[in-house]
Amino acid sequence: MSEALLTIDGVSRHFGGVTALSEVSFAVGAGEVHALIGPNGAGKTTLIHQISGAQRPDAGRIVFAGEDVTALPMHARVQRGMARSWQITNVFNRLTLLDNVVLAVKGRQRDWGSGFRFWKPVDDEQALIDEARGWLTEVGLGGRERTLAGSLAHGEQRQLEVVLALATKPKLLLLDEPMAGTGPEESERMVALIEKLARHVTILLVEHDMDAVFRLADRLSVLVGGRLVCTGSPDEVRAHPEVRRAYLGEEIL
Amino acid sequence: MSGAIYRQSTRRRLLAAGVFALLALLPPVLQAFGQEFYISFAARVLIFALAATSLNFIVGFGGMVAFGHAAFFGAGAYTVAVLMESGVASAAIAWPAAIVVAAVLALGIGFVSLRTRGVYFIMITLAFAQMIYYLAISMKTWGGDDGLSLAVRSTFGPLDLKNDATFYWVTLACLGLCLCLLDRITHARFGRVLQAIRENESRMEGLGYPVLGYKLLCFVIGAAMAGLAGALIANHGQLASPNLLQWTQSGTLLVMVIVGGVGALYGGAVGAVVLLLVEEVLAHYTTHWHAALGLILLLVVFRAPKGIAAWVHGLFARAEKHE
Ligand SMILES: Nc1ncnc2c1ncn2[C@@H]1O[C@H](COP(=O)(O)OP(=O)(O)OP(=O)(O)O)[C@@H](O)[C@H]1O
Ligand SMILES: [Mg+2]
Repeated sequence: MSEALLTIDGVSRHFGGVTALSEVSFAVGAGEVHALIGPNGAGKTTLIHQISGAQRPDAGRIVFAGEDVTALPMHARVQRGMARSWQITNVFNRLTLLDNVVLAVKGRQRDWGSGFRFWKPVDDEQALIDEARGWLTEVGLGGRERTLAGSLAHGEQRQLEVVLALATKPKLLLLDEPMAGTGPEESERMVALIEKLARHVTILLVEHDMDAVFRLADRLSVLVGGRLVCTGSPDEVRAHPEVRRAYLGEEIL
Repeated sequence: MSGAIYRQSTRRRLLAAGVFALLALLPPVLQAFGQEFYISFAARVLIFALAATSLNFIVGFGGMVAFGHAAFFGAGAYTVAVLMESGVASAAIAWPAAIVVAAVLALGIGFVSLRTRGVYFIMITLAFAQMIYYLAISMKTWGGDDGLSLAVRSTFGPLDLKNDATFYWVTLACLGLCLCLLDRITHARFGRVLQAIRENESRMEGLGYPVLGYKLLCFVIGAAMAGLAGALIANHGQLASPNLLQWTQSGTLLVMVIVGGVGALYGGAVGAVVLLLVEEVLAHYTTHWHAALGLILLLVVFRAPKGIAAWVHGLFARAEKHE
């Protein structure tokens, strides 16, 4: 593994009596595509919440680019170069695609002269708009700029979900089931997109589609019942007895 | 991209300027008809218009349903009265002080309250406001239940605020200035960001926006304007009364916002005008004016559920279509 960009160190999270995560530790190397897999309810989304800052762990640390970010709110982590997508599409439904992405681009300019800019009307921000158009074209949503996000087809919504995270120009991209509920063609397009992105960003990918996972992942971590079962190369993971037990009868065998 | 909207808002600004010009003519007109008494009443309406506008910025534009706006309104009033007691009569000092006190108060209250949502936010802002109310009536030096009266109105450069018409014009100028400021803010980036936060808070946080900071700033701006309204109301009645701090005051302002139009720039002002006018007229005819007012409110809720400002806007839009 290359030098770690993200280190998850003994992270636990409980909801009332339910233990969603139990002392999970692994690292994501800079430049790799790291897949996070596990059965339904294994705690994958919960882990993404702890990493991204949407929730705080009960115990353990999240170290990003050499800095302990455990106490930082989500926006501060985004500003440090960590962006996420949501398993359940979480976009601005009542805004156009262009306005959605413009917000993401604008979020990067966070000096007091911009985000908190009180005075100047917003009409003259052509550079922002041009960049946002570029992002939409990049994921194959070019020409749909004026469409309302809420009226997109499901597959397109998933693409928008990813492009919003992407337009923050992260070092680390956390993707929570980007292909959830999409058809084979759309899945294929998403896999191609992630392959392309992987050349520039580190990606932690939660995904159920094992074909996609084994095509994309340099390394994998497996969660079962909130516990990390194993972490390693695709071959190591495939051969691991506990993984085989958890996935009994599935295509991973 | 927004050419049409831009033309529309230019037209709206012209309309607003026209309304303000007419309002500025009100004192001489009333004098001509021998109705000077109503100049003071009109100033009171404008002060409440400002207070309701400031609340509408927080509730309608910031999406934070706060139920403690009286705290900031009252704080502005008490600041002016307390300063007057200690010999500071100049508006140039006392009014900015009222704004600052309200803003600082909002910074503290907002910092704690904004971590909660929905009903909890309503309750905690109410609780803070009530704390300040009880603090005020327990302070002997602030006049307790009676409040603190002002011997004179603030001094305002060469202007004589004791003159009702002058006071009215100064109040009108304050309201106009605040409305211009809010119009500008809502059309600038800060305003767009706030709107997007209202639409989807978690995604905005996920795009790197410090959501809490934005909401807090919105809360403080609204409170600061309420502080100015408080400074004006203390001068108007020459009294900083505990009633200004009471929860019923927060309720009244909220009703004005709802009647006028939540989230519409002029919603608060329209609501204040309608509510106070109706109250004034009804009180003339019947001692049961509260009940009549309730009926009128019901009518508004059913005929113009988005508030009168939105309803008027709709009428204009329809008229434009026919053009
Ligand atoms: N906010 C919450 N309150 C209570 N329990 C929760 C909460 N969030 C998650 N859980 C529980 O924690 C466990 C892990 O849930 P999580 O959503 O992280 O699983 P997952 O691996 O993402 O599953 P899936 O593959 O279905 O998306 C589940 O038992 C879930 O019910
Ligand atoms: Mg999940």
